[in-house]
Amino acid sequence: MRQLALLGLVFAIIGLAPFVISSDFTLNAVIMILYAALVGQAWNILGGYGGQFSFGHAAYFGTGAYTVAVLQVQLGINPWLGLIAGGAMAVLVAAIIGFSTFRYGLRGSYFALVTLAFAEVLRILSNSVPFTGAGVGILIPLDQGPANLQFVTKQGFFWVIWLITLAAFVTVWWIGQSRFGAQLMAVRDNEDAARALGVEAFRVKMGAIMLSGLFSGLAGVFYAQYFLYLDPYIAYGPAVSVESLLVPIIGGLGTLFGPLLGALGLHVISELTREFIGEFPGISLVIYGIILIAMVLFMPRGLAGLASRLRARPFGTRAKAAEGSHA
Amino acid sequence: MLEIRALRKFFGGVKACNNVSLTVPEGKIASLIGPNGAGKTTLFALITGFHRPDAGSVCFLGEDITALAPEEIARRGMVRTFQIVQPFAGQTVRENIAVGAHLRIRSRAEALAKAEAVAHRVGLSDRLDLDAASLTVAGRKRLEVARALATDPKLILFDEVLAGLNPSEIRDVIPVIRAVREEGVTILLIEHVMQAVMSLSEYTWVLNQGELIAEGAPADVVSDPLVVEAYLGKGMAERIARREVRHA
Repeated sequence: MRQLALLGLVFAIIGLAPFVISSDFTLNAVIMILYAALVGQAWNILGGYGGQFSFGHAAYFGTGAYTVAVLQVQLGINPWLGLIAGGAMAVLVAAIIGFSTFRYGLRGSYFALVTLAFAEVLRILSNSVPFTGAGVGILIPLDQGPANLQFVTKQGFFWVIWLITLAAFVTVWWIGQSRFGAQLMAVRDNEDAARALGVEAFRVKMGAIMLSGLFSGLAGVFYAQYFLYLDPYIAYGPAVSVESLLVPIIGGLGTLFGPLLGALGLHVISELTREFIGEFPGISLVIYGIILIAMVLFMPRGLAGLASRLRARPFGTRAKAAEGSHA
Repeated sequence: MLEIRALRKFFGGVKACNNVSLTVPEGKIASLIGPNGAGKTTLFALITGFHRPDAGSVCFLGEDITALAPEEIARRGMVRTFQIVQPFAGQTVRENIAVGAHLRIRSRAEALAKAEAVAHRVGLSDRLDLDAASLTVAGRKRLEVARALATDPKLILFDEVLAGLNPSEIRDVIPVIRAVREEGVTILLIEHVMQAVMSLSEYTWVLNQGELIAEGAPADVVSDPLVVEAYLGKGMAERIARREVRHA
């Protein structure tokens, strides 16, 4: 309950941004941090809480993005409906990928490789079929107005991403408090032991991948509406997949606030890179790779782990003593 | 309660389980002994759905459960523990036990409350909020027992819960196992610690190279020449008998 209160407080403070920030540049930064937190939190559900490391979250992100774009451009369907359809399509893709991997018990690097392959297949497909605009990409016509999920000011976009991200965070809070979450973490920590205790590992992992796909897909819808342009590389390319996993790994795997910390940290890093190295194509991925290795080696519990370690330090000796008396 | 008929499992040329039949009676503590590599753990894995048998059947409470998934078997009331303890590291003792409790309880709060009650029964209530990974071996064994108990089983299969414990720890854990039986849970245990087998179990089977070679009350079984030879080598039974005659 305390965590939920803290979550409410944090999002209330973030919600002040449109009222106190007048510069579009800064508000854009807040929007992009929320967006990264959403992408990361989506991955965190499956990777952080479920222990299933996906390298292909672009599959869900791209499906959400393309769904809303194609429905608008080819069929004239309103993007608000596209938001729902995008989420639903991403869930469907997640269910297919989940079924075909978990059914055969793929774990660890095998699971990672297969998810990567699925994302690549979708990238190549979207590069080949006509209704996605193939390699040229797809341009959503500018038609600003809340009815079209396009806003004249950044404020409108802010509230959309704020709400979706809040929904993702509340979902993850619920995971931490529920039977589903307890079983998911049990599967993460030891699948055989969990199954021996009656946890339906397959069903639990399916639930996790579909929830994860849902929020990834919604992030894709938001991206499409915000930038109004997609091509196969943007939607299904490895950059999204890498960003999805980097955010929670930096922030802290399997923690509620990790993805928010990670999104903030990653934003600072990418701004610094731009400042000092300039626009150098592909440099961000190089930097991301270095960060990823460094994090896994030196800070496996991420920024959230660092925060709790720092908090614990003043009382460290006392906590140790208390543990000793129990033993 | 548990009926195994002509169960067979070969791994290539290794006959891990060859034509094993046994019936575990309700309300008893039964045990399965045998030298290293006899196929005891494999038999557990076959019964609880972790391995699929090549032939034979397993009946639990009158229903055929052969080759059902482990989680389905657990739901029907049979759980196992692991010889190599498998705590959910990084989670507290309370959270570990609650995973078992969640099999029958949806509510998180109730499952955590039940975890606390079960921890009390196995003597873990002073360590509820410790990370499971920080427990000693004896603590982890207790945790294995607690998690299994939290699922409200009708039959528990203990895979060497006493292995790796020192004599005083064994003395502490034996009453815990006995108390489980007093509550109406049937127990089948695999055990190397003969002290435990002799004092705990009322009936025992001896497995050697995948086959049952003896069964009966533990005291009778350990003096069976076949069993002595399985453990100590060919000719040993005879030599021991000779020595006993000499001493007499």
